[in-house]
Amino acid sequence: MSSIGTGYDLSASQFSPDGRVFQVEYAQKAVENSGTAIGIRGKDGVVFGVEKLVTSKLYEAGANKRIFNIDRHLGAATAGLLADSRHMVERAREEASNYRSNYGSDIPIRHLVERVSMYVHAHTLYSSLRPFGVGMIVSSYVDNKPELYLIDPSGVSWGYNGCAAGKAKQNAKTEIEKLKMKDMTIRELVKEVAKIIYVVHDEVKDKAFELELSWVGEITGGKHQLVPKDVFIEAEKYAKDSLEESDDSEEEEI
Amino acid sequence: MALPKWTTIAAVEFDGGVVIGADSRTTSGAYIANRVTDKLTKVTDKIYCCRSGSAADTQAVADIVKYQLNFYEMEMGEEPLVHTAAHTFRELCYDHRDNISAGIIVAGWDKKEGGQVFAVPLGGMVVRQPFAIGGSGSTYLYGYVDSQFKPKMSKEECLPFVANALSLAINRDGSSGGIIRLAAITKDGVERITLTGNQLPKFYEDH
Amino acid sequence: MEAFDSVHARPAPFWRNGPQPGGLYNFSNNSTTSRNTSESQRSAYPVVTGTSVLGLKFNGGVIIAADMLGSYGSLARFRNISRLNRVNDSTVIGCGGDYADYQFLKSVIEQRVIDEECLDDGFGFTPKSMFSWLTRVLYNRRSKFNPLWNVYVVAGLQDEEPFLGYIDKIGVAYESPSISSGFGSHIALPILREEMEKNPNMNEKDATELIQRCMKLLYYRDARSLNKYQYAVITKAGAKIHGPIVPESNWEIAHLIQGYE
Repeated sequence: MSSIGTGYDLSASQFSPDGRVFQVEYAQKAVENSGTAIGIRGKDGVVFGVEKLVTSKLYEAGANKRIFNIDRHLGAATAGLLADSRHMVERAREEASNYRSNYGSDIPIRHLVERVSMYVHAHTLYSSLRPFGVGMIVSSYVDNKPELYLIDPSGVSWGYNGCAAGKAKQNAKTEIEKLKMKDMTIRELVKEVAKIIYVVHDEVKDKAFELELSWVGEITGGKHQLVPKDVFIEAEKYAKDSLEESDDSEEEEI
Repeated sequence: MALPKWTTIAAVEFDGGVVIGADSRTTSGAYIANRVTDKLTKVTDKIYCCRSGSAADTQAVADIVKYQLNFYEMEMGEEPLVHTAAHTFRELCYDHRDNISAGIIVAGWDKKEGGQVFAVPLGGMVVRQPFAIGGSGSTYLYGYVDSQFKPKMSKEECLPFVANALSLAINRDGSSGGIIRLAAITKDGVERITLTGNQLPKFYEDH
Repeated sequence: MEAFDSVHARPAPFWRNGPQPGGLYNFSNNSTTSRNTSESQRSAYPVVTGTSVLGLKFNGGVIIAADMLGSYGSLARFRNISRLNRVNDSTVIGCGGDYADYQFLKSVIEQRVIDEECLDDGFGFTPKSMFSWLTRVLYNRRSKFNPLWNVYVVAGLQDEEPFLGYIDKIGVAYESPSISSGFGSHIALPILREEMEKNPNMNEKDATELIQRCMKLLYYRDARSLNKYQYAVITKAGAKIHGPIVPESNWEIAHLIQGYE
């Protein structure tokens, strides 16, 4: 019978005979259908970049953002189902708000990530629930220390120097690994982030996309915010120019 | 009715820690229910509170905060800040201000801000101060502390500053008395001092 | 998880406070009256308090001022606490009355401002929306017999128009070109009004000097005041809190006194 391994994917509360929880793996697949999101930790902050695929020309520019503020000092970039992302962000904001109401200060990022991870994990335990189809990257810059975490649909979270989620996460990670991010400022990194998003974008399969860039660090005074217009334009230009350069050099080689 | 505890308590910041102090008298009306009370109560290894007001209320509040901060320390994997402790006290005192009588000084050391003193008076506000005094005896002390306090005193200067204040209050306030309990809290922990009998600083006593 | 717990709400009873089916009315032990006295009647009172807040509109902006004293009865207990709260670039709130209640409401406001900032949609509290919201909060609390024991003065700039409003602990609210709470409404407000009548088009400098004069006067005549204060000016350039300011005082008239007169 071919029944082994089938029929075990209908519920998040049941293992398959070889020890997998298919619903969680499907949720991870849902993340990989989404445009890429990356985060890089530099020496004086963290930069986020998102490749937001635009599936219709009828959308307003700037709609359906995938970079969020969780608190003044906390930012999030997501890959996966947007509605799920928004729900997770709302939950994260509540955690930050509750912490402030209880202790009168900003929530430490490690604690926030733990709390949100617990919530995400809880959605992998019950047959009545669906896991979140979201990979969420969270960043902060507190007491001169940049921090970067990624929360997976399974409820697992890790700290990173650079991380990626979504369609081209493998390519993006390869690109990130080429950088010496520990010695770079976010002013330098923001251009590299923009470039990586442009490099990993699949021009053939996904036509239109919008670049989203945000940062938190020394120059923002520890506040997470979308990068200013002039920085954005400069970074996007750098990304486009370096793409053209590499196209040219490839042609020469041929 | 619970034993209302009229008191004198004091705390001073110095570079690297705090000195806290209290008298030892607990009264029920005019009767001294306990003449060797310890009003310096531990909440974490390096954060203490000085209690004034109802003994029952302040003990209950201190016990709850102690539990919460112990849980916080386990959950966060590091010692809570003095600021965090002060806000935890404030939250309880403010939410129940109509039903409890508690005037608390929260003092201690943490690695972020060093020695800190926070006053959490009756209504449930919180404010950081270079030094704080509280309890019924403190009303007799404003002249002394305002004239003798200097910013950036050393630990060795802070100890007699607090001891003198408490001794003066004990002499004028019928609801304060007994012995003087002092503690110095630094990054290395807590050093406790008890001044009894003729160890109390002496001042003019003839009118 | 709450969202997933199905809530089966029971239908509301047809009437409240009536007899149980088959039961009898008992007027002497009516549930309405007993509930009111046992639970919701609370008697709050102020503990650490701030005194007057002054506010004044001028041509192109608003100024408000408050001293830095937290009184404990007649004891000047806290001599370095701020009673001005900069909400955002266009709004400042000044507060008198119970300081613990002020700190509570301040933290609520701060969280709401952060919530707005997070949305990053270009909207936020305006002076008018802040004022309107405060009137509801304060009136709701007094209706629960548990008032926030404060007076708030909201100052700001909205659509380039100066805004100045007053709300007290029972929700009484009004707008006026010059406002003062507490002792200041006896001592400073008549002067503010008189000067405004003389000079209806005051500039920032005139207004600042007038407010400084009134703060000094309040220090001379209000026994719960302190000669250390802050003031905030809100103009097109933004909202800025100045101070602490310790004005020079003048006691020369002392030499004119001989005997009782």
